[in-house]
Amino acid sequence: MNARAATLTTASRRRDMPALGQRAFDLLCLTMAAVLALHASHLPYWLTVVLALALGLRWWQRRRNGARIPWWVRLPLTLLLPITVIATYGTIFGRLPGSALAVGLLVLKALESEQLRDARTGIAFACFALMCALLFGQSLPMTAAVILGMLPALACLRALEPGHRKPHWTREFTPVLKTLALATPLALAAFLFLPRLSSPLWGASLNADAARTGISGRMSPGDFTQLLIDDSPAFRVTFDGQVPPPAQRYFRGPVLWWFDGRSWTIAGKLTRIRHALPETMAYTDPVYHYSVSMEPSHQHWVFALDTPLSAPDGTRLTAEHTLVRRKPIDKLLHYQVRSTTRHILAPELSPQERNLGLELPAGFDPQARDLAQSWRKTYGDNDAAIAQAALQMFHDDGFRYTLTPPPLGHDSIDDFLFNTRAGFCEHYASAFTFLMRAAGIPARVVTGYQGGYWNASAHYLLVRQSDAHAWSEVWLKGRGWTRFDPTAAVRPDRVSLGAIAADGGSAPWGQRGWLKALRNHWDVVNHWWNQAVIGFDALRQQGMLTSFGITHGNTMTLMLALAASLILLMALAAAFTLVPRRQGDRLEGAMALLRQRLARAGVARRPSEGPTHFFARAARILPHERKRLKALGDAWVALRYAQTTPAPEAIRAFARAVRDFRPRRVVK
Amino acid sequence: MNDDVPATSSVRAGRVTLPQRVWRWLTFLNRGKRPEPLPIVLGRKRIFILPTGFGVGFAVILLVMLVGALNYSNNAALLLTSLLGAVAAGSMLTTFRSMDGLRLDNVRAGTARAGEPIRLDMDFAVATRPRQALHLDIAGQTLAFDIPNHHRHTLELYLPTTRRGWMPLPRLCVHSTWPFGMFRAWSWLHPNLRLLIYPYPEAGGPPPPGDTAGQHRRHRHGGDDPASLRTYRPGDPIKLIAWKASARHENLLVREFEHPASRHDRVLTWNDTASLNHESRIARLARWIDEAHAANARWTLQLPDRTLGPDASIEHYHQCLRALALLP
Repeated sequence: MNARAATLTTASRRRDMPALGQRAFDLLCLTMAAVLALHASHLPYWLTVVLALALGLRWWQRRRNGARIPWWVRLPLTLLLPITVIATYGTIFGRLPGSALAVGLLVLKALESEQLRDARTGIAFACFALMCALLFGQSLPMTAAVILGMLPALACLRALEPGHRKPHWTREFTPVLKTLALATPLALAAFLFLPRLSSPLWGASLNADAARTGISGRMSPGDFTQLLIDDSPAFRVTFDGQVPPPAQRYFRGPVLWWFDGRSWTIAGKLTRIRHALPETMAYTDPVYHYSVSMEPSHQHWVFALDTPLSAPDGTRLTAEHTLVRRKPIDKLLHYQVRSTTRHILAPELSPQERNLGLELPAGFDPQARDLAQSWRKTYGDNDAAIAQAALQMFHDDGFRYTLTPPPLGHDSIDDFLFNTRAGFCEHYASAFTFLMRAAGIPARVVTGYQGGYWNASAHYLLVRQSDAHAWSEVWLKGRGWTRFDPTAAVRPDRVSLGAIAADGGSAPWGQRGWLKALRNHWDVVNHWWNQAVIGFDALRQQGMLTSFGITHGNTMTLMLALAASLILLMALAAAFTLVPRRQGDRLEGAMALLRQRLARAGVARRPSEGPTHFFARAARILPHERKRLKALGDAWVALRYAQTTPAPEAIRAFARAVRDFRPRRVVK
Repeated sequence: MNDDVPATSSVRAGRVTLPQRVWRWLTFLNRGKRPEPLPIVLGRKRIFILPTGFGVGFAVILLVMLVGALNYSNNAALLLTSLLGAVAAGSMLTTFRSMDGLRLDNVRAGTARAGEPIRLDMDFAVATRPRQALHLDIAGQTLAFDIPNHHRHTLELYLPTTRRGWMPLPRLCVHSTWPFGMFRAWSWLHPNLRLLIYPYPEAGGPPPPGDTAGQHRRHRHGGDDPASLRTYRPGDPIKLIAWKASARHENLLVREFEHPASRHDRVLTWNDTASLNHESRIARLARWIDEAHAANARWTLQLPDRTLGPDASIEHYHQCLRALALLP
């Protein structure tokens, strides 16, 4: 009766899907929690909290009493989720609403997961959600975190297999890690050779990240404050050959002509950029060759050392010899440029440009105008002397460099020059340019980056957001547009050391000593990651093929390479799996050899025969080997049956004895 | 390898013709359907593998991820997708490896009477690494088992039986979806074993004719002093247990008689059951044998073609039932 009952239960177990085990459910919840954590940075915080609470409660509830969540709880939640998403974002399409919806659905799946099938669906979907987290940032830490998130997912799939033994929960991950390590070569081959799309299949310009701003086409004193404490990389420069000295490392960005009393903007809302031809330029050596990999800025500006000679593909040279790109830079951008730092930019100035370079808003800053006029009277026609006088004033008259300047009033330039006398590059560039214009010298503000960290070990220049800078260009007869950096007059450190160092005591803790060194080393890793992984696009793929001697590679070539490498790797793995190797332990191996030799000598072991009988029979048939057979038989019985784990030396001795034992066939 | 193909035809043709190849291949696919002797070792020629429904679904998800990653030219996502794809592809080999080298060494059958489930002990063994999450399908049941480090696992199961006589061991399917449930590997095993099913005894009926002494003897048992006591062995009739004596000892004691019922041999004759139909005669004889065995009596079984006994041993009991089971 008992037996029959057992039969029935096994038969019925097959019909329903097996229920989810505790361990598998724990791992499922852990996977969902990992996905939630990876998405937390861009989900609304309240949604994260609510979802985390729901997941935690569900985990606790199933552990506690294991009951199903009734449909009248799940159904309203399922309806509520898309409504919440639409209420928050206004749509369910797009990156942010999509990821919110996906994570929400995942947690809902955990609420209803009772069976193996649910858990598998949940895990497959969690893998997708993990990938979605990478759409918000593909930095090295993020990618590493997402790959770590795969561990509980795969461990959960293992735990779902019926008959899975439950090891200690920490041991669930070791085999998964091993699997991942073994899968890496295949994954790398796929990554290298999968042909990249040259243009997206559907309109996929990711929404600009509103939070992060680089340099924009606008500057008002105080704007850079956030930027100057932002240590994230702006771009990295690798020089071919000569490297410019630190004092020459000015990377020019937007040139600002228009002052409204408060902020500087690009002249006439970009009309000048769109229509004017580049200013004429004469230059001398040295010419620097370098390539830049620029982080996404979601702006149009492309930065080049001082004055680029030509525009790289996809960019355009503006009238002021800066680079601009038609599309915003939404992903890592690589380009190669040639630049000069010794040049005469615009030897002749057209009347319109001259007017533009002298224009000042009426009714602002009378004191500054008076000061400029007084200089004009003192120095006469000597424009360069006036500029020098202004620099001298910044240097001598108690001006202070600080990243936390006091706020300025209505006449911001007057307030700064005669009252607060504290500020950073924006204030100085702004005031200097104003003074020049007031003195009748054409001047403009240039924003960009200055300095950067020279990474001696990896030979590249890292320019951070905190290296953002503003300076002036003054048009001098015979010298063209000439750079004047009033900040350098106040604080030469700014040019040699960087903004934060120049700011003195108020450095954040992250800037000190060894920590800074560590951060610089860390940046090497990030640089490598950006170069090797993130920036590995269709162009780089071509380059890779070229290094194998394939100069005209196309998608077909890549597909072939992909297929060939995948087949090769799979064949290697299959060969490892399929080719039978010597089975069993060393002892069994030695015994197999002995059996084989005895069989050749005419003593094949019978299936019914135990070892003692077998050796005894062998000794009867091969009387001349009796002693050795007896010794071997005794050794075998002792090794195999007298102890659970025989000593390795004894096994080796037995194996050696077997190797030396070559029985001859007895001729009867 | 393929014994089904007549060797002469291929020799005469000089080379293997296409239909022969196809036929060979088909027989190769059918390999598990021919009974074969134990031990059976699973190898690459007899393990089949296909993706499961979940595996196909996962592949679709991977495809979506791939297109997404390529479309957004997101290399980190592409790396993740490649890694997941490689893990999935590698799991195919792991699934295969979880079956490869598995050996069915031995199948031991218990005894059962027709209609009762018969117990089978299947000895599975591996020479190498331990195996997890293997499944055995047999006669509509699925049993999960694994083979841990000591290389050996005995699977106990019960098969339903219907009629007496030889019952061929049904085809077994060993399968596994280890480790991720994306692939299912399976292999058919058809050991050339048959199980002997004893006839089911009738529920009740008359005692064997001429066994008048039976009652007497049982009566006299109570009066007789036992010649000796010995420890209980499985199979001893409960009636013979010396309860009072046993109470004073650790083990159960059984009364033993010097010449147990030697004068009272039972004779169980095929012809005594003439009034019944064929199967009922067998059932009645089976009941008589059971009763005689339970009474620890000696009996002789007379069948149309042979006579067994007299004897009272357990071997005799099984011989008699076997003879009954194999009656036409």
